[in-house]
Amino acid sequence: MPEKNYSEINPAWEGRKPVIVGFLCNWCSYRAADLAGTSRFGYPATLRDIRIMCTGRLDPTFVIKALREGADGVLVMGCHPHQCHYDEGNYKAMRRMALLRRTLAQLGVHPDRIQLGWASAAQGALFTETVAAMTERIAELGPLEWRDTIEDNITPRMPSPEIEEVVHGR
Amino acid sequence: MAGNGKPKLALYWASSCGGCEIAVLALHEKILDVADAFDIVFWPCVMDFKEADIEAMEDGSIDICLFNGAIRNDDNEHMAHLMRQKSKVMVAFGSCAMEGCMPGLANFADREQMMKFIYHDSPSTDNPEGIEPQLVTEVAEGNLRLPAFWNTVRTLDQVVPVEYYLPGCPPEAKWIEAAVGAILSGELPPPGSVIGLDVTVCDECPRTKNEKKITRFYRPQEIIPDPDICLLEQGIFCAGIATRGGCGALCPQVNMGCRGCYGPNEGVIDGGARLIGAIGSVIEGRTAEDIDAVLDTLPDPAGYFYRFSLPHSLLQRVHLVNDNGRNVAQPIKEVPRLDPGLNV
Repeated sequence: MPEKNYSEINPAWEGRKPVIVGFLCNWCSYRAADLAGTSRFGYPATLRDIRIMCTGRLDPTFVIKALREGADGVLVMGCHPHQCHYDEGNYKAMRRMALLRRTLAQLGVHPDRIQLGWASAAQGALFTETVAAMTERIAELGPLEWRDTIEDNITPRMPSPEIEEVVHGR
Repeated sequence: MAGNGKPKLALYWASSCGGCEIAVLALHEKILDVADAFDIVFWPCVMDFKEADIEAMEDGSIDICLFNGAIRNDDNEHMAHLMRQKSKVMVAFGSCAMEGCMPGLANFADREQMMKFIYHDSPSTDNPEGIEPQLVTEVAEGNLRLPAFWNTVRTLDQVVPVEYYLPGCPPEAKWIEAAVGAILSGELPPPGSVIGLDVTVCDECPRTKNEKKITRFYRPQEIIPDPDICLLEQGIFCAGIATRGGCGALCPQVNMGCRGCYGPNEGVIDGGARLIGAIGSVIEGRTAEDIDAVLDTLPDPAGYFYRFSLPHSLLQRVHLVNDNGRNVAQPIKEVPRLDPGLNV
């Protein structure tokens, strides 16, 4: 699949492409990703997938840390409702993701950057479609670059020459 | 004062409310033991020493500095560096110095938004001439300077290295005693330790706990809680499930949900994220609509989860967007809802 030029969608990309961290459950979505691979389905090379045993194991810390460390989006995928290998891990994921998206919106993270989806082990095509759609959306939203934006404001700094002068003069 | 052989103690307040100073006085008559055991060299709230007295001291000559308050302006930052330079052991005393606490809620906005609200828009402001504090004011006697207000509130350990943490808003007297005792006996825990327990508030809370299935949240004024049953089970937000114990579960015992002032337990990177995980697993609902309906009864989740810990959390503050060279805080106003497509 040819690589898109994301700066055509949003000039802020400046030659780099979106980074999406994917948390995929061992029993369904990770296998869907495997199936997509063995079936040679093409999809954007934006996803860094991490296998977890169940979406119910997903500590919201993982998502927040991914954003902090430079991800532009996080995709969590598990088994369809009623099909969780552990009965109700995916329901827990749904509740936590709902709460997490509300919380992060207040902190200025667009909810479309944190997405939840399902794909069974047989749905390789659905998996690739989900990744493609999310990549498209993240491309529109532009880079998040949390760390850079925040650290400029967190490292000790003197905001103006005037302050510089006053501080050194005292 | 010098040469009496007693260890030297300094207490300082940066951006704080003064409650931590009161907490030291809550030692009651034991404060006399502290005064006996230590040579108090600096305590702006209580004693008349000046910054110049500290500057004149040799580096590392203060044995222990109990530093409370967050770092929100250049004066706080300057004093943090000064106290660090002069002290052998630096203790982040209380929630502000440790996690940011109430001053840290300013990280939900930016400097300009804060100034605009405080000096112009707040309902209790009477400022017809629109006067704002200036960094430097010229008067006949010379230039007067106010501390420069940073865009982001930071914790003490984000500015200088810190040896120990004493959590709480304010820390409970028994833990202050424990800390002082440890210093006097020389039996100090390894640097980086939090002085306190490693259990949650739930472990100390006497209320009866059953399986939790929350179908809606109540704000304190909307419900008269049952005095014996877990508050969270009754739908009252309580941060006790993901908050360090040590306070003796004071708030839940008076029908008030734990607010989370002792911060997260050992090994937790982001207390707010742990709370999201914990609260997320005890609410009811298996469809997008049901889950959103429960969450609609919990306004301001970020305020609940990061009430005490925003500057020390992974994200540290609301996202800033560059607007013509200025960094502007930009929260998302609409409440995100789950996609009903998730139901199948």
